[in-house]
Amino acid sequence: MSTDTHAAHADDHHHGDGHAHGSFSSYMLGFVLSVVLTAIPFWLVMSGTLPSKQITALVIMAFAVVQIVVHMIYFLHMNTTSENGWSMMALIFTIVMVVIALSGSLWVMGHLNSNMMPVHQMTGMN
Amino acid sequence: MTVSVNPSQTGEPLFYLADEHPHPEGYSTSLGFWIYLMSDCLIFAILFATFGVLGGNYAAGPAPKDLFDLNLVAVNTSMLLLSSITYGFAMLTMQQNKIAQTQMWLAITGLFGAAFIGIELTEFAHMIHEGATPQRSAFLSAFFTLVGTHGLHVTCGLIWLVTLMVQVQKFGLIEANRRRLMCLSMFWHFLDVVWIGVFTFVYLLGVLR
Repeated sequence: MSTDTHAAHADDHHHGDGHAHGSFSSYMLGFVLSVVLTAIPFWLVMSGTLPSKQITALVIMAFAVVQIVVHMIYFLHMNTTSENGWSMMALIFTIVMVVIALSGSLWVMGHLNSNMMPVHQMTGMN
Repeated sequence: MTVSVNPSQTGEPLFYLADEHPHPEGYSTSLGFWIYLMSDCLIFAILFATFGVLGGNYAAGPAPKDLFDLNLVAVNTSMLLLSSITYGFAMLTMQQNKIAQTQMWLAITGLFGAAFIGIELTEFAHMIHEGATPQRSAFLSAFFTLVGTHGLHVTCGLIWLVTLMVQVQKFGLIEANRRRLMCLSMFWHFLDVVWIGVFTFVYLLGVLR
């Protein structure tokens, strides 16, 4: 944001501080965290260390969620104050939409898959 | 948004911005671009949902286990991660007004991005050569659509990156170019976030299945 135009209005208006910037240490911290959070899921799947596939799947999904949050904070500089909080509002709205679209699709289509088998497989089911 | 109650003049509340003051050029660009990224996120959400529904329908064709080479995916992922941090360095040197270093980091980012696209295209070519084309099964259609759309975004990001390097070379780090570099920064890091979803849900969970 340029300051000269804003100086005249600084007393009665406050536009957000624009997009936040990172520092060298925050970028490096984000990078190291994301390398670790990427390496562990790959290692878990390639070595098959964990006893069952379900546990491995849950663990690597948890790692993905954590890594997405790390990227959001350290690379995309998300915080609650940039753009007066509107970028956070847009993000929350998007997350709600994504959760509805993903869980709804998987839920409905999963039920369709299990309940609407081809006719030849349904003989003797009633 | 602003409700200005001004009873001194007319006694009636004003439900609009009372003074139409000028804004500096591009003051709303970063919020607008963020909202574009969020809409892009919805596109990827739909493609992920499609892959989630169809990802198990192999039509007696090849399964993820037969197709994916996790070593290659790991190399690919590190290319994208490295390009993310080098873009971060480009932004840091941009803030210090160092044109030559900014250009250098942008070029390195571009090389990592190009390496990512190169490896991905090699993987696609290898799969198609083995008969695992998008037409083979619903799983492969969903796979090529999702991963291909991400690759297309990265390709567009590379074209944008080269364009901005020419712009910076010609006009220097002027306010407009800083704004554009910041938008591309958000775009580039956003694509990395989408790739986290891709390597987790498509590759790792696919091989696990």
